[in-house]
Amino acid sequence: MGLIAGVLEDRGIQTVCLSTFEPIMKKVRPPRWLDLPYPLGFPLGPPGDPGLQGRILRRAFRLLEAPGPGPVQESFYPEEEEE
Amino acid sequence: MASVSDLSLGERIWYHSYRFRSVDPLPWQPPRVPLEEARVGVVTTAGVHLPGETPFEKVKGGDFSYRIIPGDTDPEELVTTHPSDAWDRSGVEEDGNTAMPLDRLRGMASREIIGEVAPRNLSFQGSITAPMRLLKRTAPEAAGLMADDGVHVVVLTPV
Repeated sequence: MGLIAGVLEDRGIQTVCLSTFEPIMKKVRPPRWLDLPYPLGFPLGPPGDPGLQGRILRRAFRLLEAPGPGPVQESFYPEEEEE
Repeated sequence: MASVSDLSLGERIWYHSYRFRSVDPLPWQPPRVPLEEARVGVVTTAGVHLPGETPFEKVKGGDFSYRIIPGDTDPEELVTTHPSDAWDRSGVEEDGNTAMPLDRLRGMASREIIGEVAPRNLSFQGSITAPMRLLKRTAPEAAGLMADDGVHVVVLTPV
């Protein structure tokens, strides 16, 4: 996923990665990633929770505003109040 | 969050011996338009696609092809043929938005949080152990397709 992110950024497309496996993110280093407290296979959390999915996406979009250079990494906490 | 100890023995051996590739120097694209004007797409590695399309194949080095998911797709229609059992596919099977959150993005577009949803979203399969064909062929082709569509932002959803 880091390779695909790099190719997209090279074409002028901003990327943000929803990560459930921080050890690999640290190795492949996409430009921006949000660590999520869910198992592999659940990058938007447990299925069928539209409210949570929306919060995760809005939190991820905040990383797009971060000044470079990357990588920029932040964590999502489900109990966190949305700003 | 998953950790290395969650992996099976075979996967742990792979994880510790595999030479992960990173891009150096790291490409960095600053915002081109405000988010509320941005065309936003999704690229997943969950191996999802519409029923009837060619399944992803279990081949040596990993299937480096991709499938196009139109922006007006109902995520409930998606199936996954990702051949790896290293991840729990139950979430994606129950709710396609778990990997391809098009319902959420369409909702955000209607509330003007984002501009609009990309017309073509992309699905790869992960677990590609021989990535050169991906790096040289399909990833540039896929990125070109999204650039041609005027996509500003991509959410990546690896599994």
